[in-house]
Amino acid sequence: MSTSLLIVQFFNGLQLGILLFLVAAGLTLVFGVMDFINLAHGVQYMLGAYFSVTLYRITGSFFASVLLALPASMLFGLLLEVLVFRHLYERDHLEQVLATFGIILFLNQGVKIVWGAAPLNMPIPDALSGSVPLMDGLRYPVYRFAIIGAGVAVAVALYLFVTSTRIGMLVRAGATNAAMVSALGVDIKRLFMIVFGFGAMLAGFAGVMVAPILSVEPGMGDQILILAFVVIVIGGIGSIRGAFVAAVLVGVIDTLGRSFTTDMLRLFLSPSAARAIGPALASMAIYLLMAVVLAVRPAGLFPAKGRA
Amino acid sequence: MSRPILQLKQLSKSFGALKVTDGTDLDILAGETHAIIGPNGAGKTSLINQISGALAPDAGHIIFDDRDVTHLPMPARAHLGLARSFQITHVLPRFTALENVALAVQARSGSSFRFWRPAAQEEMLNGPSLEALGAVGLADRKDTSAGALSHGEKRRLELAIALAQAPKLLLLDEPMAGAGAEETRRLVEMLKSLKPRFTMVLVEHDMQAVFALADRISVLVEGRIIATGSPQAVRQDAAVRAAYLGEAT
Amino acid sequence: MATARSIRDAAATALRTLTFDQRMAAGLFALMALPPLLSSVLGGSYLILVGERVMIFAIAALSLELLVGVSGLVSFGHAAFLGVGAYGAGIVASHGLGTLAIALPAALGAAALFALTTGAIAVRTRGVYFIMITLAFGQMAFFVATSLAPYGGDDGLTWPTRTLVLGTRILKSETAFFYTALALLIGTYVLVDRLIGSRFGRVLRGLTDNEMRMQAMGFTPYPYRLAAYVIAGTLCGLAGFLLGNQAEFVSPAYMHWQRSGELIIMVLLGGTGTLYGPILGTLSFLMLEETLSRLTEHWKVILGPLLVLVVLFAKGGIAGAIRAWQGGSMTPAQLIALQALVARQGMHAAAHLWCRSRMELRQRSGTLAASSQRVAGEVAARWKTYKVVGGRLVVRVLAGMALAVDRWRRR
Repeated sequence: MSTSLLIVQFFNGLQLGILLFLVAAGLTLVFGVMDFINLAHGVQYMLGAYFSVTLYRITGSFFASVLLALPASMLFGLLLEVLVFRHLYERDHLEQVLATFGIILFLNQGVKIVWGAAPLNMPIPDALSGSVPLMDGLRYPVYRFAIIGAGVAVAVALYLFVTSTRIGMLVRAGATNAAMVSALGVDIKRLFMIVFGFGAMLAGFAGVMVAPILSVEPGMGDQILILAFVVIVIGGIGSIRGAFVAAVLVGVIDTLGRSFTTDMLRLFLSPSAARAIGPALASMAIYLLMAVVLAVRPAGLFPAKGRA
Repeated sequence: MSRPILQLKQLSKSFGALKVTDGTDLDILAGETHAIIGPNGAGKTSLINQISGALAPDAGHIIFDDRDVTHLPMPARAHLGLARSFQITHVLPRFTALENVALAVQARSGSSFRFWRPAAQEEMLNGPSLEALGAVGLADRKDTSAGALSHGEKRRLELAIALAQAPKLLLLDEPMAGAGAEETRRLVEMLKSLKPRFTMVLVEHDMQAVFALADRISVLVEGRIIATGSPQAVRQDAAVRAAYLGEAT
Repeated sequence: MATARSIRDAAATALRTLTFDQRMAAGLFALMALPPLLSSVLGGSYLILVGERVMIFAIAALSLELLVGVSGLVSFGHAAFLGVGAYGAGIVASHGLGTLAIALPAALGAAALFALTTGAIAVRTRGVYFIMITLAFGQMAFFVATSLAPYGGDDGLTWPTRTLVLGTRILKSETAFFYTALALLIGTYVLVDRLIGSRFGRVLRGLTDNEMRMQAMGFTPYPYRLAAYVIAGTLCGLAGFLLGNQAEFVSPAYMHWQRSGELIIMVLLGGTGTLYGPILGTLSFLMLEETLSRLTEHWKVILGPLLVLVVLFAKGGIAGAIRAWQGGSMTPAQLIALQALVARQGMHAAAHLWCRSRMELRQRSGTLAASSQRVAGEVAARWKTYKVVGGRLVVRVLAGMALAVDRWRRR
């Protein structure tokens, strides 16, 4: 268990955490403000990646495709909202789950039809390729640092937006008590649309950023979705701060867990036993974290809705 | 005969800067009908919520039947004999009136972890339920689903449910709220017939009902009890007149 | 002659004591008992295998209905119990202990234990949290199974043989297995039915109606909900045991969250709030899956929007539609439209009639018969817009059927 591996995996965990935050932020706001459970958020992330790949093929420029993929993601999210989701706000959660599940099936398959089932790639832009030295003999890819940096910048911007602007205040109020906000005369439909479009864009942005380093394929959004759910449950529904803390926690613990659980078990068990249960335990790590957090705080670490 | 069955000692509760209950002391004697009145915003519902266990006080103690129940959850207090009716009716809409009351009986008669026998056939549940429904005049509506009952009938069902719990103390939160004159008269008659059997705490705005039913009245203003006594005494109390009528006395 | 009639009378009285739900379920069970008898006529065991899958998933759907419909707990990780049950029995079988006395308790015990440990945490939460937590735990089970290298991991675990009953391989006989599954399905139905009417069932239903009222009566929600979760999980483990037996194979895919989603579809499609609904929903969904997957490999692209439409327009599922029809709250035009949809013909006709029916609801309709006539007349006047082969004939036939139904209802 070398220190350099530890450091590399820590940064990888941070990167995963940032990506999770981008996906979870939109989700938690939508839950918090609209009480709407959106399983289709993962496909937003997937579509962001696909849009980015296609736009790159058209424009040949990474930065142009990033710039164009963002509004594309937002527009697609708004399209879904207008066509399907806004009719579901009044329905109970079971029906929302089922309808958004149908959207996942449709889009996962649709993506296969349009782009084919084979994974797609995109090259890392020259400006961000290569690696920087961290310490003796240890280098870390520039692009991954860029992801962390971009993600943190977005997180800060989002935090400022939510705490310092009027719309942000309305969003926070809506997450605490949507009915009251509506009763105060705010156009709740437009607020919903803004929240939804923004969330879709964030998820798309996450997808755009991973396109160069992961293979872009149908169904890539599904596991991210479930991890995002874990993040939200741990962080507290409706809370951006909670989503950030929980996302980093989940990202780091998951990545470090996968790398080091077997090795740590070898301290107590025989190598073969450690090899047998290590991977299983590693995959359980974040769910155990979730269970522990919920046992102590059933509403998550930073719940937005006050409990009277 | 007149020992206190419920004692509130220095009860306090705040929501942020708003003190809804401000060091309240109150004794309810066994067998009496005790009304709590006060202007709007005095904190009556919060007080009832704290007594029944729906709201946790910040400080103070609630002693019920010589037991400190301050930190006991609502179901446990119900088992000790504290029954409550709600101001906005909380009935089970998909169950019939009889089933609503039968559930209240079920809560106090044996385990509910029975998985096979149909509960609808249990005489041990149906018998007392029919009695309670009869006491509130809903016997002929026993098979109607509670969601289909009229507002007044739902209010009476609330009462029947509370009665079926065979309580040591009945907490009634504004039972006349929104009732017309005729219905208020009927409810008052009904509650009068229950007086000898139950100790009741009645939160109410309707003064006629209060004076017809109460043995003692407490006046709650801004979270504190400013007067307690017989209806006559309270009617003439200076502090009460000041609170209700302004400084014009 | 007299005995035949008295038997028929006895059967009729017995039938009358059953509730509508129980009669529908009995009909479905009778239908499901047919495949082995027909397979000799129709040839091949395809029908039997499909029937077994329907029955196994119907058990799972009933167990999910206990959570979703009765307790108000929407579990999106229910497929995990299928896998846990199947792995429980499969693992002991791989160690040579695949007898009924060991494998079945292993399956049920594993499922119950998983339900108890995950439920203890999940049931403390409500609503959206509960959905997400059950989803997460289901996925956790999936990942744990993929990392079980000694038991096949990602590739799954092949069973040496089906569970030995008293030392015999009686379950190897497809007919025996089929009827065992049917018996267990009927048993599950009876169990859940009794559960709902029992004291325990009343508490669960009361908690979904108004939890505050139940607490004021003296019921603490947590133990009851947890018990319901464990019972439901164990029943689903039974389904898993059967599933593993049927395929003589178990893999992590049994527990994938999309499987959990499919279970919810089966329950919702059939209609929650009834017990025959989930059974019917399972049958419909699996039949739909079979037919759609023959049309195209991309059948999910049709299923997706279909689900959305079902949620948006067919509230209450099939059972709900049946209830609406019974209650007479369907206009004749809606009836015709429904029949047209079922007949997969006259899609345009159906759409047009549906729009007409909405307008009709705003006008007085008169008698059912009169409005059927009027609607049929309007359609006939517009039939140039229908590009459907034999559309006119179809519409006339359907209008006639609506009239006949109306007359039968008034008899």
